Amino acid sequence: MKEAAINYVPQNWYLVLSTFLFCIGIMGVLFRRNAIIIMMCIELMLNSVNLLLVAFSSYSGNSDGQVFVFFIMVVAAAEVAVGLALLVSIYRNVMSTDINVLNKLKW
Amino acid sequence: MSQYLFFTLSFLTIISALYVVFSRNPMYSVLSLIVCFFTIAGHYILLNAQFLAIVHIIVYAGAIMVLFLFTVMLLNLNKETEPHKTNWVKVAAVIAAGMLFLTLIASLKSTQLGTYHLPPRTTIGLVQNIGIKLFTDFLLPFEISSILFMSAMIGAVMLAKKEK
Amino acid sequence: MVNVTDQILKDSLLITPGILIPLFPLIGFLINGLFGKYLPKSITGWIASISVLASFVCTFYIFTNLPSNGSLHIDLFNWIAYSNMNIGFGFLIDPLTLVMLLVISGVGFLIHLYSIGYMHGDEGFTRFFTHLNLFIFFMMLLVMGSNYLVMFIGWEGVGLCSYLLIGFWFKNDAYNDAAKKAFIMNRIGDLGFLLGMFFMLFNFGSLDYAVVAQKALLLPVGSSVLVAITLLLFVGATGKSAQIPLYTWLPDAMAGPTPVSALIHAATMVTAGIYMIVRSNVIYALAPFTLEIVAIVGVATCLFAAIIGLMQNDIKKVLAYSTVSQLGIMFAALGIGAFSSGMFHLVTHAFFKALLFLGSGSVIHALHGEQDIRKMGGLRKYIKVTFVTFLIGAVAISGIPPFAGFFSKDEILSHAFEHNKIIWAILSISSMMTAFYMFRLVYLTFFNDFRGSEETKKHIHESSAIMTIPLIVLAALSIIGGFIGMPSVFGFTHQFQLYISSVTDASKELMKENIELNHSMEWVLIATAVIAAIVSILYARFKYLTKKEQPSEDIALAGLDKVVYNKFYVDEIYDSIIVKPLKVLSDLFLVLVDKLIIDLFVNAVAWFVGLFGRTLRLVQNGNTGFYVFAMVFGIIVLFVIRLLI
Repeated sequence: MKEAAINYVPQNWYLVLSTFLFCIGIMGVLFRRNAIIIMMCIELMLNSVNLLLVAFSSYSGNSDGQVFVFFIMVVAAAEVAVGLALLVSIYRNVMSTDINVLNKLKW
Repeated sequence: MSQYLFFTLSFLTIISALYVVFSRNPMYSVLSLIVCFFTIAGHYILLNAQFLAIVHIIVYAGAIMVLFLFTVMLLNLNKETEPHKTNWVKVAAVIAAGMLFLTLIASLKSTQLGTYHLPPRTTIGLVQNIGIKLFTDFLLPFEISSILFMSAMIGAVMLAKKEK
Repeated sequence: MVNVTDQILKDSLLITPGILIPLFPLIGFLINGLFGKYLPKSITGWIASISVLASFVCTFYIFTNLPSNGSLHIDLFNWIAYSNMNIGFGFLIDPLTLVMLLVISGVGFLIHLYSIGYMHGDEGFTRFFTHLNLFIFFMMLLVMGSNYLVMFIGWEGVGLCSYLLIGFWFKNDAYNDAAKKAFIMNRIGDLGFLLGMFFMLFNFGSLDYAVVAQKALLLPVGSSVLVAITLLLFVGATGKSAQIPLYTWLPDAMAGPTPVSALIHAATMVTAGIYMIVRSNVIYALAPFTLEIVAIVGVATCLFAAIIGLMQNDIKKVLAYSTVSQLGIMFAALGIGAFSSGMFHLVTHAFFKALLFLGSGSVIHALHGEQDIRKMGGLRKYIKVTFVTFLIGAVAISGIPPFAGFFSKDEILSHAFEHNKIIWAILSISSMMTAFYMFRLVYLTFFNDFRGSEETKKHIHESSAIMTIPLIVLAALSIIGGFIGMPSVFGFTHQFQLYISSVTDASKELMKENIELNHSMEWVLIATAVIAAIVSILYARFKYLTKKEQPSEDIALAGLDKVVYNKFYVDEIYDSIIVKPLKVLSDLFLVLVDKLIIDLFVNAVAWFVGLFGRTLRLVQNGNTGFYVFAMVFGIIVLFVIRLLI
């Protein structure tokens, strides 16, 4: 029986990778002004968390992590659908997806 | 051998993620995010989570990113109309993200992880096992997620409808 | 044989009436105060009067059942218990208390009856009786207390009720000022009383009468502690009983309705100071220096007030100065150590002074509010009952035997003669002046022809029965009241002195002089006093009846007459020495401290809050990117705190 191909990858590496992806996602949210790109970076952050959950679930032999990832995907899909619909309707009113224009969150 | 695989996939993931953030054309951002998702699916296969890898490709790369693409094309975003933040804000963003990264890594230094290497064979990622888990222990969330989808559908349709 | 000098009774049959005595007026106050507006006016007055009558009945019951050397202690509850300071709330009823209670409830009841008639038609009718009942309650608390603190509660309470009642017609600014003046001057005296109590508590550890007397006896005679305590208590008495220098509130207090003047400023409240000194006779006897001061102040007040009274033209002001003068005589009596004589004069004075005030109220009522005697005259044809009773009161106060005033005043004069001839001389001169101005008042008011307007003359009428019956009762008391204190020179035993001897004997051994007089000297003194009084009366008759002199108008006065008429300008002196500097000082504080310093701090606090708000507002700029930045920053901080520290 062949050994699993992943035997010699330490768990720590997945941690670092996932953290890095998460920080890139955050950087993207702070970096961009287009609301759609920001939503994509949020998806990136969600995926980094998914990756980490699957890694932990595999390394500890507990499949709860993978089921949880399943549900995260469910929620992410629903969220993207509604979020994009919102953005489209905003675009119809303001003709822009620039978040500096959408600054009415203060009154 | 597995380590090389890991390194390659990670490299691709990171590069495409950085391209998502730094590219000027939003179309290119969307496309590189798709590449990123494919590489992450590759990671899933490496970890023996086959069901999730397939679902990931189908849902994320297949449905969600297509939705993004359609929206970008609908709003006709391209390189010229893309707004940018001022330079020093960009620098501050990079620094903030960097600080977060450092904080997280530093706090992970003292963690005690359960196992360092994978056990010889893991079967928990197979379709049957996930299926059993999903329909016995996690039945309720499974059913409620269908309600969630229904409300998301209705909401999306209502929001995006054109006013008469 | 059992020694009965200090027999303490805890007889359960007497405790209930004892507690009921102050309770009845309190219940009357509560009923009239809370439900007065729903009750018809005809009932509220009677409720108040009946409650005082009930107190009188209880007092009388205890009076007949308590032996003359016994005392009734009623301890209600332990009030202040803090480390080694234990002050209880209780009543002490002994002969001295009973004398005061009989006067308060008896004369008080008659005045309540009178007020039902006098205040008829006034819109504050119920309020008046509420305040009167409250006053009676506090006064009873004052005389019934078993320690100085309960007395002080009553002391303050009667001051409050005096304020409420003087300023009863509160829509008039001048009356309000008079009420404030009374209260503030009382307060100045109360400060002395409080300091005296603090000294007492500090040195003796208790405020109970018996304990204080006991511990005071351990100190040497004339020790500075005792002098300080007694002097401070006397300051309180000066304020309450209108002696120099705190007497100017009493004439102004005539702004209140006449029954108020009769009850509070003649019979009861102003006698609180005298009661207090007699109650503390032991510690006063141990401080001869203070007694000298008391005597001097009393004598000076007596003379001073009598001189002012000679020239007053308001019927109530004459009586007010007469009250101040008579109080001076009482204090002089206390000062020379004749405590029981002072109390005796207090009782008889209550009778005839209340009578005189109520009579003047009847005159004012008949003339529809006229109080200036220059506009009166010849009233004896119209208001006969008032005239007769008023005349009886005037004769009593002048000291003509066998009326009440003669016995008490003569006793004081004879003790004064034994003690110090100068005091006797000044007191005798004051008595002559008293007789003179009282009869001046009588002749100008009731004799010759009426000097007012024709309109008023048509409406002169005698007061109703409910007002004249108290007058008649008080007149009867003024006639026979003196017989309780017939001196030994006539061959009788002095009942009054015997009665309260259990209280005053405590100081008898301490008094240095022997205050027994030999009988022949006493006859000479009696004769002198009576002849002097009759001479004054005849002079007044000559001046005002035969020569038909009338007091001049205000603007026509000059020289010494003007000074005396203006009360020696004492009020004006007080105003310029005390009141004006205080006003200047408070204005200074207003500008300096209030506006500059305190306002500065308060405004600075407000400014800081505004600054903080203005700055914090900038954080909420609606920019989502900025919000995300803030979130990231917060997460970093949280992680650093939680995970790395």
